[in-house]
Amino acid sequence: MSQTIIRDRIPHEELLASGHLACPGCAAPIAMKLVLKALGPDTMVVLPACCWSIIAGPWPQSSLRVPLFHTAFETGAAVASGIKAGLEARGDSETTVISWAGDGGTFDIGLQALSGAAERNEDIIYFCYDNEAYMNTGIQRSSATPWGAWTTTTPAIDPEHQPKKDIMAIMAAHRIPYAATASVAYPVDLVEKVEKARTIRGMRFIHILAPCPPGWKTENDETIELARMAVESRVFPLMEVENGGAWRFTADHPGGPVEPYIRRQARFKHLTDDQVAHIQREVDARWEILTNRVRYGT
Amino acid sequence: MKKVMIGNHAVSWGALRSRVEVVSAYPITPQTQVVEALSDMVANGSLEARYIKVESEHSAMAACIGASIAGTRTFTATSAQGLALMHELLHWAAGGRLPVVMADINRAMAPGWTIWTDQNDSLSQRDTGWIQLYCETNQEVFDTTIQSFKLAEAVNLPVMLVLDAFFLSHTSEPVDVTEQEDVDRFLPRREAVFKMDTADPRAFGALVRPDAYMEMRWHQQEAMQEARDVFRRVEDDWEALTGRRYGPVEAYRTEGADLLLVTSGTITSTARHVVDLRRAAGEAVGLIKVKMFRPFPTGELRALLGGVDRVAVLDRNISPGRGGIFAEEIRSALYDVPPEDRPILFGYVLGLGGRDVTPAVIDDIIDNTRMKSRPEREDLWVGVEL
Repeated sequence: MSQTIIRDRIPHEELLASGHLACPGCAAPIAMKLVLKALGPDTMVVLPACCWSIIAGPWPQSSLRVPLFHTAFETGAAVASGIKAGLEARGDSETTVISWAGDGGTFDIGLQALSGAAERNEDIIYFCYDNEAYMNTGIQRSSATPWGAWTTTTPAIDPEHQPKKDIMAIMAAHRIPYAATASVAYPVDLVEKVEKARTIRGMRFIHILAPCPPGWKTENDETIELARMAVESRVFPLMEVENGGAWRFTADHPGGPVEPYIRRQARFKHLTDDQVAHIQREVDARWEILTNRVRYGT
Repeated sequence: MKKVMIGNHAVSWGALRSRVEVVSAYPITPQTQVVEALSDMVANGSLEARYIKVESEHSAMAACIGASIAGTRTFTATSAQGLALMHELLHWAAGGRLPVVMADINRAMAPGWTIWTDQNDSLSQRDTGWIQLYCETNQEVFDTTIQSFKLAEAVNLPVMLVLDAFFLSHTSEPVDVTEQEDVDRFLPRREAVFKMDTADPRAFGALVRPDAYMEMRWHQQEAMQEARDVFRRVEDDWEALTGRRYGPVEAYRTEGADLLLVTSGTITSTARHVVDLRRAAGEAVGLIKVKMFRPFPTGELRALLGGVDRVAVLDRNISPGRGGIFAEEIRSALYDVPPEDRPILFGYVLGLGGRDVTPAVIDDIIDNTRMKSRPEREDLWVGVEL
């Protein structure tokens, strides 16, 4: 895709100010920047504990040009529900209320509140920027950490045992109007999904893979490339699902070996070739499941 | 309009008359009827509010926090385990200076499983920064619910109004339900000074460094201090409207008393009856009812208890490893009374887990307080059979 097309498709308004506190190479502010461009200024952000609690800046500063409520780790979806109800009670049904949470706040500690909000079909958009571990506290495993990864609580001599939780299937099982995956390496796809979500009423969920140089043990300038490799290798396919049944892919996923993606990240450097082959088999098996979801709608 | 209603419905009617805009709640015995009635009121259109039927008390408080920062009047109710589950968010509401109002129907904590009353649930939340108001009658519950919103919104602090499980929550009494137009004059629509507003985007609750955190807590403490005066003015206005007032502390038949009982909640009504009988028999016994627990009415209690010979504090709660919580707070308040005026304080722990506190129990307490030269321990457990 040419640069011209991208420039035309991405709104120019900047709602993320300079001077935020993200680490160099962090995907999380890139994701926020694109999402706010797509949503526009009539947006309110709920921020449960995550890296973004720091990135947004300490009191009395804020790097966002929209209202922002910092809240407890597990409460993103519930606080957003309350804000939306409050706005509606005062006659404002237009303002978009989003929850912006990391993988810990989504897959783990916030899952109950998220499930509650999804089941009630709250009129909010829940974003998960997923860096695949508790990065803000110093790289501890979460249920979004992939199999085989090193973290400070899954040391290289005994790395992560469990496959990454299938959060999209969980959200689809709630039959919410819209759920999607997105990537900072595919900005037009990301913006289009957010714009689409904005026009839908009810619960919407967008899961964005967010490479993390300090946590993934990668170079600062590899973030976008890694995000693209994750999509192309089918580790993190770009998809959307409406009403829990209508799944579709939104990008090409040529496949090919996952090894280059894995070997670029030092969090996997302890893995043997056999273990990388295991990851390949898991990705292939999961791809089959996903293609069946697209084909059969389940 | 007078209606006969249970204490729980007195809460619901108070919330209705206060025109709450967002209710978020989760069921738990003995609170459930509060929010059942509110859901009926919302469904039949008598209360124009959003009702968020959350999946936990934790999310109930989180949603109230969200609705409150959006600028609306918000309400929830809970008991015991539900209140404990909210604990982290109680700090968030208070530290965030959000005027959420909640009814806690006092229920003892498990294990063992219990649904009956004592005050350990609410008193465990003592240091979360909520104003706490304990009620004695259903009329007081109704009045206090409405007053709580006015107080909360004036000082930007959350208010917990508290009533005993079953003895009040499920007991029917006549309640004079103040007319809507009168309540509207007393309690206009909330106009939040700080709220989420896309025309004036701000960040709330961000990281605060050590050079500013302490000042935020100072302002919170100042608001608690201010709440004492604001509560007085709220009661002035309510009294002008309805003729009813309760005070942060009530002195009942204390003239010339050499022994004062100190109570909170429904034990107060039983104690009034016993005091009446003793007075009729010529005995100089009186009663202090503590309604406001936070901010603590230190000055009022010093003035009322200083100079009295003996004080018996009746605590339907226990701080394990210490004693009855009201007794401990009152002992601490009395430290600054001149030693010659300092009463001998007997702290009785009783009625836990819903055990009945009858007139006979209070009679025994009065007799014991008169008979002993000093209490043999800080926590005098009443009626424990081993």
